[in-house]
Amino acid sequence: MERSKLKNIFSKFYSMSIFWPLMCLICIIFIDFLINPGFLKIEMKDGHLFGSLIDILNRAAPLILISLGMTIVIAVQGIDISVGSVIAISACVSATVIVSNGPVILAIAAGLFVGLLCGMWNGFLVAYIGVQPMVGTLILYIVGRGIAQLITDGKILTFTNKSFIFLGTGYLLIPIPVYIAIAVILVMYFVMRKTSLGLFVEAIGVNREASRFSGINSRKVIFALYAICGLLAGLAGLIICSNIKSADANNAGQWLELDAILSVVIGGTSMSGGRFYLGGTVIGALFIQSLTTTIYSIGVPPEVTLVVKAIVVITVVLIQSPIFRKMLKTNNMLSNYKAKKVAKI
Amino acid sequence: MSEKITKFSGFKLKQANISIYATIILFIILFGIGSIMYDNFFTTQVFANLFIDNAYLIVVAVGETFAILTGGIDLSVGAMIAFVSMISADLLRKGVNPVIVIIFVLLVGIIFGTVQGFLIQKFKLHPWIVTLAGMFFARGSSYLISINSITIDNPTFTSLSSLRIPIGFESHISANVVISLIVVAVAVYILKFTKFGRTVYAIGGNENSAMLMGLPVAKTKILVYTFSGFCSSLGGLLFTIYTLSGYGLHCNGMEMDAIAACVIGGVLLTGGVGSAIGPMFGVLTTGVIQSLIMFQGTLNSWWTKIAVGMLLFIFIALQRIIVIRNAKRKTVIS
Repeated sequence: MERSKLKNIFSKFYSMSIFWPLMCLICIIFIDFLINPGFLKIEMKDGHLFGSLIDILNRAAPLILISLGMTIVIAVQGIDISVGSVIAISACVSATVIVSNGPVILAIAAGLFVGLLCGMWNGFLVAYIGVQPMVGTLILYIVGRGIAQLITDGKILTFTNKSFIFLGTGYLLIPIPVYIAIAVILVMYFVMRKTSLGLFVEAIGVNREASRFSGINSRKVIFALYAICGLLAGLAGLIICSNIKSADANNAGQWLELDAILSVVIGGTSMSGGRFYLGGTVIGALFIQSLTTTIYSIGVPPEVTLVVKAIVVITVVLIQSPIFRKMLKTNNMLSNYKAKKVAKI
Repeated sequence: MSEKITKFSGFKLKQANISIYATIILFIILFGIGSIMYDNFFTTQVFANLFIDNAYLIVVAVGETFAILTGGIDLSVGAMIAFVSMISADLLRKGVNPVIVIIFVLLVGIIFGTVQGFLIQKFKLHPWIVTLAGMFFARGSSYLISINSITIDNPTFTSLSSLRIPIGFESHISANVVISLIVVAVAVYILKFTKFGRTVYAIGGNENSAMLMGLPVAKTKILVYTFSGFCSSLGGLLFTIYTLSGYGLHCNGMEMDAIAACVIGGVLLTGGVGSAIGPMFGVLTTGVIQSLIMFQGTLNSWWTKIAVGMLLFIFIALQRIIVIRNAKRKTVIS
């Protein structure tokens, strides 16, 4: 009785969408533990917690923010490839404010506002003009870095403003970016799961026409989603630039849009829209970051990171693919059948 | 798409081609502006240089067109160029026969593309994810060969690089240009006049209908990525000959340039609409913008990005207007 109940819980957990991403994450952390037993250790040093896990959380914070934005955009069959450029713009804008001795609040507000503006531009193109999401955001992807360079005049801005740097490097027991990420996760969870917006998003993602007939103003919703995505990218830009104490128009947030898309897909959200999994995305982002950290920590040259990432991503996506799993199953069955036959003979 | 099959009817503008005509007109206008503003702009050499500098991009954009026409995408092209440049530079350094190097590199591209196509088709994975992984893989592998840039001093490659074919008016083109033009011509032929090409359009129009029509959807979809892989490796080869170096950072983010060229050249990213000649003009238009900014002299290079982005916006708006007008016409008929 007890056993079947346990089995029931397990099968329920197994069928949950978060199972595979979580397994991947646990696997990679376990591998880390095998390679370096001190990996899981968390120490207390002058009021801060230190350890590889905390480090992963800290570094994953911007990625989590962007991936969350990307999740809701992908849920309505969209995509936002401009987030990397938006990060660069927001980083450059806020750094410009700081460098010209503006107040920190203004810098943060400016960065967020610019992110929101970029998101609204994307949303306007996609929702109201009806451009395909990929093309619509491609514009900002290309122009964005140009604009960022225009703002900084092609220079890399560095700054030493203590209170602004606190945003990216500060500690309150755990790093500040982690608090920001947790806050955003909670807000997103509340907005997407406790209000009707999440339902609207899934309805639009499954069938936009049908959702329109059922009275959802899909344009407004899609516009809002892109705006949110831009806002989150702006926030990530603030964290990144205050973390490295400089704003580089060319390199800030480069490749991050790709990492974000990977996190979303690993998290179980389909690129064809519909159901979306915020928890899965967070796990996916953590997975990508732990993968990077692992590769660095086991002494593989950083150049190989990309190759390993590619292989892992393809493996994970294959495992998630129902067709591949079916194929494995039939193979197993075939071999079982053959084994039985042999045994009979 | 059905319009393409109907017979060519005089000089009537075909809806699907408006965007290409617009690109060509824009190209001429931009070139005209340059000719009026700058003394040495209106020469055949400046025009030929557009081809010389962008030959590799034209080839890559043609490959990308095939992938986009089926409604897919290939993000691995830029990384593939770096990978190819790295392999050929490394092999040449070790003294391998250049002909073997060229064949080997093209084979690598073909296999790479086929594997991507297989993964996309067989396991119904999203092209974005697969080619993204392909991009990571190709770029990472080129770093595996070497982190530093390798220069090529092989006599065959250097002579290919400096080979200039005179085309009259005291100007000349490079061997790369000839190859890229051949690729464009072949691609136009394939898309217009072969079964494979028509299937590509059919899949882009509606994959399920294509399947129900009994077209070889699976085979075509894999072959499209094979072709794209081949084009990107050929483009990589052209780029290697053009720059005479192998480097893992070559063409960083260039896949987006190729996609932008396709969009400016009238290829709809949802698939099914476009031609192989459009992307060439897309590439040339961005090339003209670049040379305009170069001739101007005081503007910074980032203005190129902004200008290309603006252009993209204009063309996307144009495409939307066409689509909306078509939709309206259809509703009137029904």
